[in-house]
Amino acid sequence: MLPDFHPFLPFLLAALLAAVTSGWLRSAIMLAAPVIGGLHLLGVEPGTVQQWQIMNLELVVYRVDELSLMFGYLFHLGAFLCVLFALHVKDTMQHVAGMIYAGSALGAVFAGDLLTLFVFWELLGLSSTFLIWAARDERSVSAGMRYLIFQVLSGVLLLAGALWHWYGTGSLVFEEIGLGSAASWLLFLGFGIKCGFPLLHNWITDGYPAATPTGTVFLCAFTTKVAIYAMARGFPGTELLIYIGVFMACYPIFFAVIENDLRRVLAYSMINQLGFMVVGIGVGTALAMNGAVAHAFNDVLFKGLLFMSMGAVLYVTGRYKATDLGGLYRKMPITTVLCVVGALTISAFPLFSAFISKSMIMTALLNEGHWGIWVAMLFASAGVLEHAGIKIPYFAFFGHDAGLDAREPPVNMLLAMGVAAVLCVAIGVFPAMLYNILPYDAPYTPYDTTHVLVQLQLLAFAILAVVYLHRSGRYPAEVPSVNLDAEWLYRRLVPKLYRALVQVVSITSGLVRACFRAGLNFGAGYLSAHHRPAGFLARTWPTGSMVLWVAVLLGVYLLLYFP
Amino acid sequence: MQMNKDSTPGWADRPEIRQRIRYGLYAACVLLLLAELVVNRHTVMPLENLPAFYPLYGFLSLITVVLLSKGLRRLVGRSEEYYEERYDEGRDDNVA
Repeated sequence: MLPDFHPFLPFLLAALLAAVTSGWLRSAIMLAAPVIGGLHLLGVEPGTVQQWQIMNLELVVYRVDELSLMFGYLFHLGAFLCVLFALHVKDTMQHVAGMIYAGSALGAVFAGDLLTLFVFWELLGLSSTFLIWAARDERSVSAGMRYLIFQVLSGVLLLAGALWHWYGTGSLVFEEIGLGSAASWLLFLGFGIKCGFPLLHNWITDGYPAATPTGTVFLCAFTTKVAIYAMARGFPGTELLIYIGVFMACYPIFFAVIENDLRRVLAYSMINQLGFMVVGIGVGTALAMNGAVAHAFNDVLFKGLLFMSMGAVLYVTGRYKATDLGGLYRKMPITTVLCVVGALTISAFPLFSAFISKSMIMTALLNEGHWGIWVAMLFASAGVLEHAGIKIPYFAFFGHDAGLDAREPPVNMLLAMGVAAVLCVAIGVFPAMLYNILPYDAPYTPYDTTHVLVQLQLLAFAILAVVYLHRSGRYPAEVPSVNLDAEWLYRRLVPKLYRALVQVVSITSGLVRACFRAGLNFGAGYLSAHHRPAGFLARTWPTGSMVLWVAVLLGVYLLLYFP
Repeated sequence: MQMNKDSTPGWADRPEIRQRIRYGLYAACVLLLLAELVVNRHTVMPLENLPAFYPLYGFLSLITVVLLSKGLRRLVGRSEEYYEERYDEGRDDNVA
């Protein structure tokens, strides 16, 4: 039995040691952190609490309940897979940032008060930015900066909301908040940014594809899942979330279809999956909440697997665009199979993990009578199949053979993908593995004839539609392009407006200056006309004319005062 | 050896195999439609009771997604250098 310690500690320690070690020693240390932490967590009972007294402030730095425990297991598992996938990397910065990042995610889900949550929330944003900057190219520097601005904005909203909440209620404890006060709206928005709320989502599609091949896998595992946890804890059953979530599930589908950067396709796909979770939290029943967090759990595995496979392709070929890839199945057969497992999982085929979690959310929607939302989410489910289930494997591994020089990625990458793929299938086949650790009490049976049949019908006919479109030549070809999204507002419109403003100011200031100068010129001309050496007023007058003028003045005086 | 291997099409590129996969899909679709007649589906929502609701919905959703996306591309598609042009414009400004 290990002594009780905060789950952040092993990761912090591993990060410090990773900074000064290298080679197999560093690999061992970094793999040990999630293993030791995870084993320790298996022995921790819900209800464990650690409090710190700082001045007059009582902080709950460590609180274990069923909800945080489930995310705790998930993040240890995710961290292990990420570390394994990145084991061949020599870059110390990435390893240190990765360990701090995974540890902060654990710190955040075990934080019992809003201030502790804020500290780990910021650490999460900051450390993950280094995984983008680690790509060390022009794109990653600017994308990382934009990513960081969103993370900091989210943190500032969280801090302001937390302090206001404290002022209003006298408590910093992080439990259900609900949309009642202005403070709660700040917290809601702060969480919402990291959940990828519409219009605030572009840090995902901008930042994730700019990170290193291994960094993206880390990124996709933690930030958004911490946000889903925070939303589930703070705002369960908030109706607004249903509408936000349904929008999140639907609109990225269209962008994913036309996106050429395959890692960005996955980033859009991630927002779509987050939409399902947000809807689940919005519905708020025990079944829906279980569905939301179970889907978050599965998403780390299957989205991680897909990001890993695209990372492996990028690592081996240096390419990430659909237009540059294709035909890799012959040179990377194992990666291909593993990617297809990820694709089948995200499409929610029966016997794969997403089927057993997404169906909980869909059933909860029907049970609560949200029929319109259900219809839209069913549409979103079919859409997932197109971009993540077919497009990703097809354009990378099949389709037109790009004739790229390729081979299987390093064995650690294959192992990480293999473990993720096995878990995707295992959870799909034995749902109890996951259901046993779900926090809410809502028994559910995913496998019944009706459900399996209708899901297969939906998917098979959706594939049929793809085949039809493809054969009739209506399927859109991939083209190298950038697709404008909400980021256009701050990457184009705001700079444009700023430039226009600068121009208006400069024209106005030019005019004002010109007027002033003209005025000065006129004044100076007037003065110099009269006062220059030969000027009227500067002339030297002869004494005689002076006397004459005095005589004239006196004469006038006499005339005026002579009554 | 490597060259030789590359010049012959891989299994997924051979027309007869592609055709076989397609026919497999058609057969699966037909079977899934027929299964609806045998299986007594329990439904919650009236829409679900329509015959072949799920197959039709899946098929039409996907067509809608793809066709709307083509429209979206016309609306938001730009050249790959779209955001990089910013720097050029900046330089122009400075020159002006």
